Amino acid sequence: MRPDTLGPRSEGPGETPPVDEALTTEEVPPERLASARTIAWARRRRAFGRMAKTYRKSPMGMWGLAILILFVLVAIFAPVISNKETMDPTCECTGAPLEPPSREFWFGTDNLGRSVYTQTVWGARISLTVGLAATLISMVIGALIGIAAGYYGGWLETGLMRLTDWFLVLPWLALAIVLASVLGRSLAIIILVIGITSWPSTARIVRAQALSVKTRPYVERSRGLGASNWHLISRHILPNVGPLIFANTILTVAIAILSESTLAFLGLGDPLSVSWGTMLDFAFSAGAASTGKWWWLLPPGLAIVLIVLAFTMCGFALDEILNPRLRER
Amino acid sequence: MPTVSPSRPDVPEPVLAVRDLHVRFAGRVGLWQGLRGVKAPDARAVDGVNLELYPGEVLALAGESGCGKTTLARTIMGLERPRSGDISFEGKPLGRSTRVLREYRRRVQMVFQDPTAALNPRQTIYESIAEGLRVHGITRSSAGESEEQLVARALSRAGMRPPERFFLNYPHELSGGQRQRVVIAGALVLDPEIIVADEPVSSLDASVRGEILKLLLGLRNDLNIAMLVVTHDLGLAWTIADRVAVMYLGRIVEIGPAESVLTNPIHPYTKALLEVVPEAGGIDRPFLAGEPPDPTSIPPGCRFNPRCPAVASGAAAGAGVLAACQEQDLGLQELRPDHFAACHLMSHEAGFASAPPPPPAKA
Amino acid sequence: MSVLSVRDLTVTYHTQAGPVPAVRGVDLHVEKGEVLGLAGESGCGKSTIVNGVLRLVPPKTKVTGTVELNGEDVMAMKPGRLRAVRWSGMSVVFQGAMHALNPVQRIGDQIAEAVVIHGEADEKGATVRAGALLEQVGLPPRRLRDYPHELSGGQKQRVMIAMALACQPDLVIADEPTTALDVMVQAQVLQLLKELQRELGLAMLFITHDLSVLVEVCDRLAIMYAGKIVEEGPSVPVFRDPKHPYTRALSGAFPQIGDRRFRMAPSGLPGDPPFPGNVPTGCSFHPRCPLAFDECPTIDPDLYDAGPGRTAACLLVPRGERVPVAP
Repeated sequence: MRPDTLGPRSEGPGETPPVDEALTTEEVPPERLASARTIAWARRRRAFGRMAKTYRKSPMGMWGLAILILFVLVAIFAPVISNKETMDPTCECTGAPLEPPSREFWFGTDNLGRSVYTQTVWGARISLTVGLAATLISMVIGALIGIAAGYYGGWLETGLMRLTDWFLVLPWLALAIVLASVLGRSLAIIILVIGITSWPSTARIVRAQALSVKTRPYVERSRGLGASNWHLISRHILPNVGPLIFANTILTVAIAILSESTLAFLGLGDPLSVSWGTMLDFAFSAGAASTGKWWWLLPPGLAIVLIVLAFTMCGFALDEILNPRLRER
Repeated sequence: MPTVSPSRPDVPEPVLAVRDLHVRFAGRVGLWQGLRGVKAPDARAVDGVNLELYPGEVLALAGESGCGKTTLARTIMGLERPRSGDISFEGKPLGRSTRVLREYRRRVQMVFQDPTAALNPRQTIYESIAEGLRVHGITRSSAGESEEQLVARALSRAGMRPPERFFLNYPHELSGGQRQRVVIAGALVLDPEIIVADEPVSSLDASVRGEILKLLLGLRNDLNIAMLVVTHDLGLAWTIADRVAVMYLGRIVEIGPAESVLTNPIHPYTKALLEVVPEAGGIDRPFLAGEPPDPTSIPPGCRFNPRCPAVASGAAAGAGVLAACQEQDLGLQELRPDHFAACHLMSHEAGFASAPPPPPAKA
Repeated sequence: MSVLSVRDLTVTYHTQAGPVPAVRGVDLHVEKGEVLGLAGESGCGKSTIVNGVLRLVPPKTKVTGTVELNGEDVMAMKPGRLRAVRWSGMSVVFQGAMHALNPVQRIGDQIAEAVVIHGEADEKGATVRAGALLEQVGLPPRRLRDYPHELSGGQKQRVMIAMALACQPDLVIADEPTTALDVMVQAQVLQLLKELQRELGLAMLFITHDLSVLVEVCDRLAIMYAGKIVEEGPSVPVFRDPKHPYTRALSGAFPQIGDRRFRMAPSGLPGDPPFPGNVPTGCSFHPRCPLAFDECPTIDPDLYDAGPGRTAACLLVPRGERVPVAP
């Protein structure tokens, strides 16, 4: 049946189905529109689900995540999977010094007869704790300064950026040594040092992104609507800077763990706690490298490499998701 | 001076009035120049503009890029700060009062050129539209409608039906035309009196433009919303505008009823713009040479004189106004009922003395 | 023999979401000294045709059909021959010329580069040729030493045209050459293109979404929608008396000022142009067509004869129905 020649075919112009049928034809029943909060949560769940699906497709990301989960589990279940007393040299359960790997001591023993395996397992706790705590400090400071500098501009930005530059060139090793000698060696000092020397790079990246987001039309639209600075920062700048901060954080943790190992290796770590860095320190001091006691060096060294690798792989995979230009065709 | 004939008794009060507006962007010099004391000239983006917008009218602001039309629109929206001059809304000057400003921001809304960039990619459609309500702290309308109902109504008015279906979508899931409708819905949700549209359809596909323009026209007809449409496309002005203002280098050089301006232009610049619109078989059309000079170096006298075909052809000299064109700045003059132009030659031919230019920016 | 002859060209991109047919069987030909206009909106496949013809498609893209340049099969060319043909056989004036110029190289060098690469002259000779080309496009030769940022948009576009002519091609493909330009500058550039085309007897393929520009510049027009050509014929008749409803709607988007029918009456189509992976069944235009009827969703029309030298892919054409012109 032919309609009239000139009459429009459909009622509302918006009837045409949107582009991505699979995601949008789900009818939203009126009950679910109970409140704005419900909608916001529904949105967050969907966004997260989509991100997870893309992440699953990246082999690098999945492997990195697997290794990471493994280390976290090892750290959490350290008391279960190892006997803490084999770290105590006064315990009778320790073995003979410098024994190669055997059925009893899977990774062998160090020069005091302590189980290298137990030390490695418990060292995971230290490394992860320091890495995460230092990164938290670094991320919070970096994000605050970056957003403030990028959003407000003017004198504030200039001042903050000069501050950032100052901290950027601060030699973290010298600072660590000075602080350690003045305040004594402890985990807190290490966390502090790493935290305050790694925030500048985060701040710079965040500032650049905040600047770019600030000039986007949807932020201008919000400003035109009369939004306050707080509204603009919290509703627009932060969510668009957030993913960048998150990806950067993952990489910063890797660096923090590496830094902790370095400081510990140089003897600035907490002498009372066992981390992979201190293990390497003792091993080298005891001449394990020159006398071929590989079982003392390999586990902590390999652990550091693997965990840094895992964080880096996750970070790259996330970066691919969050930065669409990096995605392969 | 007003841009609509003050003698008409039936003209209502303008809903928006701009007086002697000047907007300047500071000049920038390189470090070396700066050290030597060289100061860069300011870019005079808007250089003395008077404009009124009447309730329910569609006013097209036309011109090439760099003429200042976008800057003018943004200044009206409060996104740029004028160097001097004032803006009044419903007769009340905006000034600095936050309360008046806030009210203004609710009743004057903007529609952007690129709908993709104008929507936050991380917010759902619902959130983008509801943002206006939330910024102004409106949780219920005066009739008791909830936020969802207001959002749904705005989406529906913008042609997206059924509105609930789009609530949870993200901008990238919609087409260009639909995104622009969402931006328009975001403007409608606050029940504005005025919509400022900056090139509302130029980034959309050609076949989609008509529907969006129909929507805008429908909003004017049904809701009596006044519209200031910034465009470089005179064909668009022909399609939807009641009045057309043509800008050149920061000034309005011609303003009047759309039919009069577009089919019977007075100012040589408008004539040149109209001749240049492509049409079938038109190969050897005359056009202006060169490109518009930049706003940091505005020529003396009538700012259009270096490119003016009337000057080049000798018509200005023949009428004895050449010296005026090259030395005397001028303002808009009513040369036909409600139709104003700033041209020495045309004023002379109509038997008027040229109108004085708008006052310069207060330092 | 046509300068460019394309028969049954299909280009299917390979994406994460599966194969996407951007061009679904296109025939076109450009004769020597003729300007063929290709009109269409986003997603119709017109830019893909340019890439397909020049074999600039990304790897894993499936291209079938015949493309012949002066009778020579482009698809079968060996890489060496292809490189030689690209630019000296056919060249392109790209969209967004502002960004196609290397910002750290003087424009004279960039123009000369094309000449030198094709072995048409040594460096000195190439610079002389570049100067001559600049004059041809209306710029003084002393601007050879300028950097791109010292030129305005219109001037950059002229440089792009000069580059396209550098190796004296038989065919010039202009992909949206004036889209980003002001109306005045657009008029200047169109005038230039027309003059050069006449002087040099070039064959030109002019691609844009702006139908009014095409009508001014082209001898023949082809309208594309969803990867296929839906109407073809001499430009003025196609514009003034379209046989396909889509052409009619597209021309309504560029109203003549002074045409009372369009005053306060914008005309457009509901919905949006389909994305290449999402083409409707039957006639791809039927969901948006104001004249669609029962058979439209089931039959995909061929290009039917619609008058002297004209074809249109609409089921109304063989029935002899006239597509009304008023909006």
